[in-house]
Amino acid sequence: MCIRVKRLFACLLVLLTGLSQSALADEIERWGVNMTQGVTPVSRDIYGLHMDIFWWCVGIGVVVFGVMFYTMIVHRKSQGAKASNFHESTTLEIIWTVVPFLILIVMAIPATNTLLKIYDTEDADMDIIITGYQWKWKYEYLGEDVSFFSNLSTSRDEIENRVPKGPNYLLEVDEPLIIPVKKKVRFLITAADVIHAWWVPELAVKKDAIPGYVNESWTYVDEPGIYRGQCAELCGKDHGFMPIVVKALPQPEYDAWLVAKREQAAALKALTEKTFTFDELYAQGEKVYGTVCVACHQSGGEGVPGVFPAIKASAIATGGMNGHLDMVVNGSSKNPAMQAYGPQLSEVDIASVVTYQRNAFGNNMGDSIQPIDVLKFKQGQ
Amino acid sequence: MAHGPAKGITRWLYTTNHKDIGTMYLWFSFAMFLLGGVFALVIRAELFEPGLQIVEPEFFNQMTTMHGLVMVFGAVMPAFVGLANWMVPMMIGAPDMALPRMNNWSFWILPFAFAMLASTLFMEGGAPNFGWTFYAPLSTTYAPPSVTFFIFAVHIMGASSIMGAINIIATILNMRAPGMTMMKMPLFVWTWLITAYLLIAVMPVLAGVVTMMLMDIHFGTSFFDAAGGGDPVLFQHVFWFFGHPEVYIMILPAFGVVSQIIPTFARKPLFGYASMVYATSSIAFLSFIVWAHHMFTVGMPVAGELFFMYATMLIAVPTGVKVFNWVTTMFKGSMTFETPMLFSIAFVILFTIGGFSGLMLAIAPADFQYHDTYFVVAHFHYVLVPGAIFSITAAVYYWLPKWCGNMYNEVMGKTHFWMAFIGLNLTFFPMHFVGLAGMPRRIPDYALQFADFNMYASVGAFLFGAAQILFLFNVIATIRGGRKATDEVWENPEGLEWTVPSPAPYHTFSTPPDVK
Repeated sequence: MCIRVKRLFACLLVLLTGLSQSALADEIERWGVNMTQGVTPVSRDIYGLHMDIFWWCVGIGVVVFGVMFYTMIVHRKSQGAKASNFHESTTLEIIWTVVPFLILIVMAIPATNTLLKIYDTEDADMDIIITGYQWKWKYEYLGEDVSFFSNLSTSRDEIENRVPKGPNYLLEVDEPLIIPVKKKVRFLITAADVIHAWWVPELAVKKDAIPGYVNESWTYVDEPGIYRGQCAELCGKDHGFMPIVVKALPQPEYDAWLVAKREQAAALKALTEKTFTFDELYAQGEKVYGTVCVACHQSGGEGVPGVFPAIKASAIATGGMNGHLDMVVNGSSKNPAMQAYGPQLSEVDIASVVTYQRNAFGNNMGDSIQPIDVLKFKQGQ
Repeated sequence: MAHGPAKGITRWLYTTNHKDIGTMYLWFSFAMFLLGGVFALVIRAELFEPGLQIVEPEFFNQMTTMHGLVMVFGAVMPAFVGLANWMVPMMIGAPDMALPRMNNWSFWILPFAFAMLASTLFMEGGAPNFGWTFYAPLSTTYAPPSVTFFIFAVHIMGASSIMGAINIIATILNMRAPGMTMMKMPLFVWTWLITAYLLIAVMPVLAGVVTMMLMDIHFGTSFFDAAGGGDPVLFQHVFWFFGHPEVYIMILPAFGVVSQIIPTFARKPLFGYASMVYATSSIAFLSFIVWAHHMFTVGMPVAGELFFMYATMLIAVPTGVKVFNWVTTMFKGSMTFETPMLFSIAFVILFTIGGFSGLMLAIAPADFQYHDTYFVVAHFHYVLVPGAIFSITAAVYYWLPKWCGNMYNEVMGKTHFWMAFIGLNLTFFPMHFVGLAGMPRRIPDYALQFADFNMYASVGAFLFGAAQILFLFNVIATIRGGRKATDEVWENPEGLEWTVPSPAPYHTFSTPPDVK
């Protein structure tokens, strides 16, 4: 749609509200009433399409509702209006079939171009595999030997209104996805359990994560920054609690992060050999429980009757160590919501969380397990 | 003249009278409307403020699911079948529906279907919690045990709808009074004829998809499980092949209703009758080839995206024709604004707004930003609440005097309208904004920047709910008494239904009328 008409409507809006244009823009910004322009070429194209089609709709609306309100004011019986009897006009019918059709063609052309651009996933500089889990995301940097999970970091206390909510309430994670700016980053998106959808508005990327299938998408971020999004496909209980945070860094900082990340992974691996005290395991286990287990098993280990079994006084947590380990490492064969955490958590975290579960919630088993034994259990299978 | 109604409860259990069955359908749908409304208010109460206050996420998901299912299958569809039962025979000069015993059965299986669906709320593991669109594998491998009851409830609802549709088609094609040619039929009859064909085409598809779920859950098949060679996206294709025509099933009879009402209160014949018929048929045809616009983000090949984008945009053309025809019908009329007319005018305006957001959603690249956000929630509530619900309400006010012989209270009717109109816009208009700003749908808690608009929406929802209580009160008061309605009820309305006495006798047109 031509710029002039757009300006005309913008001016009309301003006149109607009696605000200066910048004040209006500020108000719109403050209230968050419009789509973001985003930080990628594609997101700006999409914003442009969105505004074009919006102004077309406003234009058509002004004409149609204008006629309607005119007729409702003028052609009323109480004003002495006498009804005409016309009820057919082939000319009119043809006009209001053809004109909308032409408008649609005008809109379809740029929409097609943008769509083709979005679908061009060739020639990426790097690939990241994104896997949706109930209810977290896993990021794997293809060929870089770096992978990690990204969990919600907002506390239960904030969610349950016991403490004031932080500024990024529900939109913050323990480990954000780090990408370099000014690089074509290709996302290979899939899921481990149910369908999720990976969405970051400022990147204008929204793609379904479907178990058993790999979807492709890409982005090219212009400016460093932190961009927040959320899962967009209903994926069960905590669908609203699996945010996405993308941190775009300049290339050198990104490279440094990659190196640090690899070192961190190696250090973590070395810890498997270490012997921990009961208290160390218990404390770490409490943390892991709060991130990984609490969503279903609840903070008191009581579960949700009929849906998620309790850990408190459960046969597994108060039974043999191997049975308990088996459940955590391999998941439940009966209830798919209990995932296999063997591949997801480090040996240290598994040892800690098992120790915690056996001793918290009044289970008081008094025993513990070392990371090296978890490793042996895994290898012995 | 034949005998009147039987006495006592057996009148309702054994009745084969189209008016009795129509009445039962309408009361049933109103009960479901209130039940679905209560579910919606639980949702809006939880979303009043950020944080979890009233319900747990698990129960919240059950509420969104049950709200959608009850409103679609329990409130809107039976209400239109009820209106068809009452009005189609009277509009075409037929003595009753063509298949009266089947008519009785198609109604009476419905309460059982919904009793079964509602009972899942009290089962271990809770009610279905996977959304009214029940995407696999969340609704199969990961579903609560109550999913099996949900599947059978859907089967029964589908059987009821198919029987209702067969009955309507048989009635319209075979029982028109002499001289009532197809192109003389009132538009409500036309839109219902087309709707009935849509129902027969797609309800079996819905039955098929839930049966595939049943097989996956209990009999070891893998239709929707990639690990067994199936495809979760197959579910969405089959579901939306049903689902998109389904949304037109809920709106085409609404088009019919307002096409009856606007000419009456504009005191001017409907503009472009023939083009209305053609436009409705085109919309029905297009509804079969646009389903994947609900799935732009599943990763279809680009050729598929383009096809579904173009086909979807095309729907704007016949829909536009209808809106232009209604506006031109009003133009140079002699208008009055009784309650049915107010609801009909609001229908035209608000449905058009819903159409605009629909056009925006059709643009596939932009849909990547809109998809599964509150923008979509705003869109489909703008087409369904002012579309289906307002038109049903308008129809009740318009024909109630004919049904019970008394005029409703106009002041109360107008109060109902303004409460509903303000409540609806307050509820659903801010949803456009939070959706564009990035709030996903179906979440029990949200980031702080969405707080203000959500609070408005919740206030609006309770206002809208309160308006419906006033509606119930008005209808009951009208049935029990009030100013006697004339046979014509309104000023020179078109149609055979106004040629019979008010209230309409138990049997009408035992001898066919003369249609000129």
